[in-house]
Amino acid sequence: MSSQDKSEVPEEHLPEVPASAHVPAESDPFADPGLPAHEPRRTDIDEKAANRAERQVAFLFVISMLATIGFIWSYVGIDKDRIIDIFFFGKIGAQNAALGGTLGIALFCIGAGAIHWARTLMTDEEIVQERHEFTSDPETREYAIREFTQGASDSVIGRRPLIRRTMIGAMALVPLSGVVLLRDLGPMPGTKLRHTEWKPGKELINEATGLPIKPDDIVKGSLTMALPEGLVEKYGPAGQKEELSHGWLEKAGMSAILLVRLEPKDVKSKKELAWGHEGIVAYSKICTHVGCPIGLYEQQTHHLLCPCHQSTFDLADDGKVVFGPAARSLPQLKIHVNEAGNLAASQDFAEPVGASFWERG
Amino acid sequence: MKKLSARRRHPLAAIVVLIFALAATGGLYAAFAPAKKAEADDSASIAVEAGKKLYLSGCSTCHGLDAQGSSDGPPLVGVGAAAVDFQVSTGRMPLQQPGAQAPRKPEVYTPAQIEQLSAYVASLGVGPKIPTANMYAPDGDIVNGAELFRTNCSQCHNFSGEGGALTQGKFAPPLKNVDPKHIYEAMLTGPQNMPSFPDSTMPEQQKKDIVTYVRETTHKEPNPGGLGLGRLGPVSEGLFGWIIALGLLIGCAIWIAARTPKARTK
Ligand code: FES
Repeated sequence: MSSQDKSEVPEEHLPEVPASAHVPAESDPFADPGLPAHEPRRTDIDEKAANRAERQVAFLFVISMLATIGFIWSYVGIDKDRIIDIFFFGKIGAQNAALGGTLGIALFCIGAGAIHWARTLMTDEEIVQERHEFTSDPETREYAIREFTQGASDSVIGRRPLIRRTMIGAMALVPLSGVVLLRDLGPMPGTKLRHTEWKPGKELINEATGLPIKPDDIVKGSLTMALPEGLVEKYGPAGQKEELSHGWLEKAGMSAILLVRLEPKDVKSKKELAWGHEGIVAYSKICTHVGCPIGLYEQQTHHLLCPCHQSTFDLADDGKVVFGPAARSLPQLKIHVNEAGNLAASQDFAEPVGASFWERG
Repeated sequence: MKKLSARRRHPLAAIVVLIFALAATGGLYAAFAPAKKAEADDSASIAVEAGKKLYLSGCSTCHGLDAQGSSDGPPLVGVGAAAVDFQVSTGRMPLQQPGAQAPRKPEVYTPAQIEQLSAYVASLGVGPKIPTANMYAPDGDIVNGAELFRTNCSQCHNFSGEGGALTQGKFAPPLKNVDPKHIYEAMLTGPQNMPSFPDSTMPEQQKKDIVTYVRETTHKEPNPGGLGLGRLGPVSEGLFGWIIALGLLIGCAIWIAARTPKARTK
């Protein structure tokens, strides 16, 4: 395709004429310089180099074959539970590593061989391919327009406005069905977002032990996670920890609190002390930004850090936000000690816990 | 030193020298016979005295002469032997320089000296005792430990114990290669900004379960894919691998598109 085509190559695409002969005309300072002259590669003129390149390509293809055989062998021959220690990668599954490695080598070597082949042995003559106009010729365009207008007048849409309008109406209404289907997104939340499982008098249950908590259990500097009494029994996994029910996650997710004991003199807010018991305070464990569980409690600074976007709450100051994107203080749960001497909630949270939502003023 | 030599004629000097000699003997004895526990009252009080000496020379600058604390260090009355054992045998104390947090480093004191320091601090006020080997032996209930770890520890230390950042340069250290004893002591005493998990809210058995889980995940559990990246999970690890592979692919693309070398023909 190369030599015969050359005669048809337009003037400006022919190899460059010597520089002295090529003086750009005043009228066209950006004249197309055309293609540079073809230069042969080493493999084009040296038969030995060409043979060497051939052997290199063949070598890559042979490696690929060996790698494929290695892949099959790894699949059959390596125990899938075997763990080996590879420097830098650490302890990894031997079969996994072998399968990935051999398949990668097999594919890479095919590609590398093909590229090396193309770059050394296949012809590297520059070939010009002509591009044609994209627009159709005038007759075709005229014909298409004629057909279209003919069709429009045959359909009488211009003369029958009733049909035209109702058709537009019908097409405009169809998407409404999609909008109605949005209702299936679930029941409206109602007041669910505003209430948790905490009720006046409900005891605080230590999540680790499943037992009620006495004030003396909470020592300074400690951190205790707690849930409302009865939650585990009502919604809980009942011994089958794998099958957590949806109700459980939802309720536990909203009602989770953490308990810390602060030195009363360190607490800046009177209300916070009054809502706690001798410096023991209970806070929601759900971030007011977008609702991640927070528990990164720094016992010396009394700061609680959210791992998601680094909102930081000061537990010694009404749970105020001291850093980060959260816009609301962490809700505090009002607690007291009941007749049995256990910590109990005095009321539900005074405000919705967790992330802000649309209807929340 | 001047002070010391000035007081060498003090009536109590002989007693101090005697105590020091006794303590040194006791310390040497303890070093050579580590299996034997200093049970008797005498050796215990010797340890306390020796610990006090170590304390005065090594710790009192920051924690105060009576361990009442100063602006440079918290009071140690009532922190218990477990806290001292944790801080000193992980090398966190003595502090090298003030900073956001004391990092782990090679320990400065010998085990025998640490025992004496702990004994001294324990004598100042009641606090958590050093746990015994069977309390932290990693043979508890892994499943329960995993659940407790996820609720109580993973927020800072990551669910596989890789550690993580806190505020203003503080961080939760990785739990890999941490002695089970130190994991237990950390829960018991709440070192630095870590909250404590005392026996009243986190009973002994549960701490043991947590230690078991931590040892299992950080020491034994293999990482079948290789390069765990803090066990961030397959998606993020895949993304990371993909970005690196993208660099390699760009290298390949450059090679493919590079100008073929030409033979210089004359
Ligand atoms: S969810 Fe806590 S900072 Fe965003």
